[in-house]
Amino acid sequence: MLKINQLHKSYPIGDSSLHVLKGIDLSVEEGEMVAIMGSSGSGKSTLLNIIGMLDEADSGEYILDGLPIKNLTEKKAAVYRNKFLGFIFQSFNLINYKNALENVALPLYYQGMKRKERQEKAMFHLEKVGLADWAKHLPKELSGGQNQRVAIARALAANPKLLLADEPTGALDTTTSYEIMAFIQQLNDEGKTILMVTHEEDIANMCKRIVRLRDGVIMEDKKVEQVRAEQYV
Amino acid sequence: MFRFLFDRDTWQEVFDSLSKNKLRSILTMVGVWWGILLLIGLLGSARGLENSFNRLFGSFATNSVFVWGQSTSRPFKGFQEGREVKLSLSDAKNIEKNVEGIEFVLPRSQTRVTATRNFLSGGFQMAGDYPLLDQLQKKKLIHGRFINQNDIDDNKKVVAISEDAYKQLFEKDEEAIGKYIEINGINFTVIGLFEVGNVNMGPSTDMHIPFTTFQQIYNRGDRIGWMMITGKPEYDIKQIEEDSKLILKNLNNIHPKDTQAFGSFNLGKEFAKLTGFLIGMQFLTWFVGIATLIAGVFAIGNILLITVKERTKEIGVRRALGATPFEIKRQIVVEAVFLTLVAGVLGIITGGWILILLDHFFGQGADAAIVNASVSIAVVFIALLILVALGTLIGLIPAFKATSIKPIEALREE
Repeated sequence: MLKINQLHKSYPIGDSSLHVLKGIDLSVEEGEMVAIMGSSGSGKSTLLNIIGMLDEADSGEYILDGLPIKNLTEKKAAVYRNKFLGFIFQSFNLINYKNALENVALPLYYQGMKRKERQEKAMFHLEKVGLADWAKHLPKELSGGQNQRVAIARALAANPKLLLADEPTGALDTTTSYEIMAFIQQLNDEGKTILMVTHEEDIANMCKRIVRLRDGVIMEDKKVEQVRAEQYV
Repeated sequence: MFRFLFDRDTWQEVFDSLSKNKLRSILTMVGVWWGILLLIGLLGSARGLENSFNRLFGSFATNSVFVWGQSTSRPFKGFQEGREVKLSLSDAKNIEKNVEGIEFVLPRSQTRVTATRNFLSGGFQMAGDYPLLDQLQKKKLIHGRFINQNDIDDNKKVVAISEDAYKQLFEKDEEAIGKYIEINGINFTVIGLFEVGNVNMGPSTDMHIPFTTFQQIYNRGDRIGWMMITGKPEYDIKQIEEDSKLILKNLNNIHPKDTQAFGSFNLGKEFAKLTGFLIGMQFLTWFVGIATLIAGVFAIGNILLITVKERTKEIGVRRALGATPFEIKRQIVVEAVFLTLVAGVLGIITGGWILILLDHFFGQGADAAIVNASVSIAVVFIALLILVALGTLIGLIPAFKATSIKPIEALREE
């Protein structure tokens, strides 16, 4: 599904440069649910951004679903993002003047799907996250948990191969966090490959595998016994 | 691309993002609206002013020159210098026959007279004229008629008088037509009463009598006071003036280089100056209008640039969801063009209202300063076209700015 070899990335800071990723090797199989952990500055977000094609590595190899991701033009990156990847952000990143349904339909719009088909599909995904009744509401009229569910529906809308979540529960209280995790686990049960960045142990333990980063290298990579989130809800 | 323009989603996107911040959109539009309003208002008033000039001078055959005799400044063919030059009817006929591009030659004679009626009297300028004068220098008749060919043929003692002369010779509201007035001891029947226009070419005349009558009474024979030479519109009146003077010098035994022998007033030349002024004013109007338009379009670009900065994160999200840089640019350009177009159309409509108001307040009556203030449809379309072109160009700046930031940096923006 995903294969990374000797990935390096550094950011220039003034005259010197900050070496953030120092040779990462990682491979993820289809259907896995991986948590990337690490303190801040460990490079976990950078890694996720490179995997999400929002950022580019300086050197190393990155193959997504058999497709080498290298020297992409902005246009090609956009098409790949749209086709292969679904993003879930810590701060939801919904467009504040569009209602829930329109937000979910946005990736489909960029796929060039017809309006009616798009709306039907978006509605289907909203139903799946249990927000069909809130379809016409703006993000500011929804709670944090509801907003994150809209964002998940949006990430799912284009039927991506890989779901990338950057601290998906970072802005939520514990109960809501577990609710969201229950959703994500359910998606994984249905076969979606999920990669998430978190710094909370309990959230990480709800995944099937934990990768720990420190100072730009992988410290630990282990499979864990998945803690089901439903029991806390 | 064209399918994109007719796609409902495109406009939904544009409308959403513009209506999201109404104040911003309205402020943006004010710049362009004001520019096109000024352009239309200025162009319309310039046209109105031109029309009012044309109306003032429209009653004159402007391609004309007046020529009269003075006295010679050089001796020639045995004649001494200082000889008085007198024009004659045959001179006029000669010019009409021999100079190229002549429309009419109108001989006139003029003198100062005293007119009396009962106990009222006054001194007036009186001219002997042909009916043709009415064509070259339209008389606005209040009552009655101007001199006609019958009057000329029969040497009739009839007179058309000005409003001023009427006021001096008649009681208020008294009927003048058909009444007699005494001019230098001879009775004349009043046949017409005319209004004196704002603009007068040549000496102002209070009374017109038939040319033949004038010549007979004053025993002028063949001699005439002066002549008005009108050229066909396509001929240069300056050339006609030179040609005519040369013929006159030849006929009257005057040295070809004598510049004092004839006096002249070239109406065509003076009118050309006025036309030049009007053209200059139109140029100024265009300049000011287009400069204002450009300023307005820049204001749009400026605000869009700020908008793009504000929307950096949104643009980042859209790109994360799979919007290509082209799609982002396209949306921003469409927003810019849409704003300029709507503002432009509003400007055209309100500019039209301004012209209606101008017409209402300054365009009424015969002496209106601004006549039929208007802008041609072609000009309106050209202005719109310029707007769309500028809107596209100016929209490109924020569009490129929006996509020059990496999506990851855009997403980090708070």
